Amino acid sequence: MTQPKMGVRGILVERAGHRILFVEELDVSPGEVLAVVGPNGAGKSTLIHVLALLERPSEGEVLFDGRPVRGDLLPYRRRMAVVFQEPLLLDATVESNVGSGLSLRGVPRAERAHRVRRWLERFGIAALARRSAHTLSGGEAQRVSLARALVLEPEVLLLDEPFAALDEPTRQALIDDLDRALAETGTTVVFVSHDRAEALRLGDRVAVIIGGRIRQVGPPSQVFAAPADEEVAAFLGVETIVPGRISAVEEGLAVVEVSSCRVEAASALEGPSAGEVLVCLRPEDVVLSPAEDRPAATSARNRLPSVVRRVVRSGAQVRVELDAGFPLVALITKQSLEELSLEAGSRVVASFKATAVHLIPRHARPQSPSG
Amino acid sequence: MELIWDGIREAFRLIFTGNAEVYEIAFLSLAVSGAATGIALIIGLSIASFLAFRAPPGRTLALSLLNSGMALPPVVVGLVVAVMLWRTGPLGQLHLLYTPAAIVIAQAVIATPVVTALSVVALQTLHPKLRLQVLALGASRWQAAWLLFREARLPLIAAAMAGFGAAISEVGASMMVGGNIKGSTRTLTTSTVLEVSRGNLEAAMALAFILLVLVYAVMLTLTIVQQRRRAS
Repeated sequence: MTQPKMGVRGILVERAGHRILFVEELDVSPGEVLAVVGPNGAGKSTLIHVLALLERPSEGEVLFDGRPVRGDLLPYRRRMAVVFQEPLLLDATVESNVGSGLSLRGVPRAERAHRVRRWLERFGIAALARRSAHTLSGGEAQRVSLARALVLEPEVLLLDEPFAALDEPTRQALIDDLDRALAETGTTVVFVSHDRAEALRLGDRVAVIIGGRIRQVGPPSQVFAAPADEEVAAFLGVETIVPGRISAVEEGLAVVEVSSCRVEAASALEGPSAGEVLVCLRPEDVVLSPAEDRPAATSARNRLPSVVRRVVRSGAQVRVELDAGFPLVALITKQSLEELSLEAGSRVVASFKATAVHLIPRHARPQSPSG
Repeated sequence: MELIWDGIREAFRLIFTGNAEVYEIAFLSLAVSGAATGIALIIGLSIASFLAFRAPPGRTLALSLLNSGMALPPVVVGLVVAVMLWRTGPLGQLHLLYTPAAIVIAQAVIATPVVTALSVVALQTLHPKLRLQVLALGASRWQAAWLLFREARLPLIAAAMAGFGAAISEVGASMMVGGNIKGSTRTLTTSTVLEVSRGNLEAAMALAFILLVLVYAVMLTLTIVQQRRRAS
């Protein structure tokens, strides 16, 4: 691994006697986008504050280019930029807001104007240049905030939930623009969000933070497919998490006894291949079919006769809570709901592939964070 | 009514005949109260920044004391400052009693709680994370302070106006620590009091009118600065 652009070692932040954040080790490589996801109150913003050198941790150190940050913090701060959830614009024109970081650095007026213009255009807000920042809409203001950060051509860009307060279409458009800008500039980014879809979309690597600790770090596909522990799994959208016991391993497939059912799982388990596990299943991986359907209709290895307990509509999708001998959740389309004419008490067959099942050893300790 | 008109007429006469003594008095009032307001701003903005941004424990207590300070009677301030500057007092060897500097000190003591208390509120109206954002933009401590003060300029200038108002309008403290010495420490308020005590109501009215015009001129200037088009 190349030398990390930035990192933290043994960071401990306490407030009023409570541990807000404890990170043994976390690094971000040059040009990498590290997405840190976690529920509200997990310590994400505090991590950004520590990285941005805006909050001094009680213990530990921040590394920049492999060396501990010491002494005057201003030169370090001037190599970074931060975008917060709120646009936090100054009471001035859009133009002078975007140029404010450059003026603070004493960049000459002509160069400043040139760079500001370029970034206003990149974020599609050139027409707003002379508008007062306080007359902008939420989406426009956040564009200005992003342009104000990127115009600095920072070595490290820190993003603290920059899209959380925006409506959906605005959010998608802004994520597109940011994604494009980041690809062009190759900036090192730490991006914090409670939205796992955003993390998947933007992150080269994902770190899951819960309760002030980094629980898992890895490529998005790996983290989402194989959550390290129960809480990470739950946060990442795994709705079915039930205890089971591995009774046999046949041809690379683990046979897990869950209540009175047998579930086959292709999940690779490290360590002992038998014993207590948590069976994890995403609702979107569960397919429902009529109870009388023939087994040949699907290639799924697991077919469990189930009873519908509850049907909850949310937007275009429908969440079906089932009793398959253990509680199971399926996410289906409105169309499927109509075709199957499901209601509480209906009998169905819930199918899912062995590869969709992820097993977590019981009493799994939170995985130690790795760079 | 006649007295008022006579007073205004006398005021114009004094102003336009270039009465040196009146100009001197008016200038001293302006200079002394301006300096006191300046000192109050320096001290007040420092304390206000600390209280507003650092939110130290005991902030409410400090604020309640500052708010009480807004009602500090000038006579009490004058007395305490006079005792401090008295020949045998703790600051006696500075020989400041009965000098314009003594009036500046007394008026600064009166204006500082006003400026501080109102500045804390002014800075508290800013978004709590704006300070972090400004620092994150690469501002040094001084640059950050300047940007944040500029952001809160409307209420901060109001605080400065209130401070100047408290300073230039007080008379008790100036009388006590300045002594109303002709050609040295006579201000518009103290000389007005003197003229009244002499039964010279016309002259007193004239001085009072000049004081009001002066105050209006200063406040007009500050208001123009305050209300300048907010986004240039």
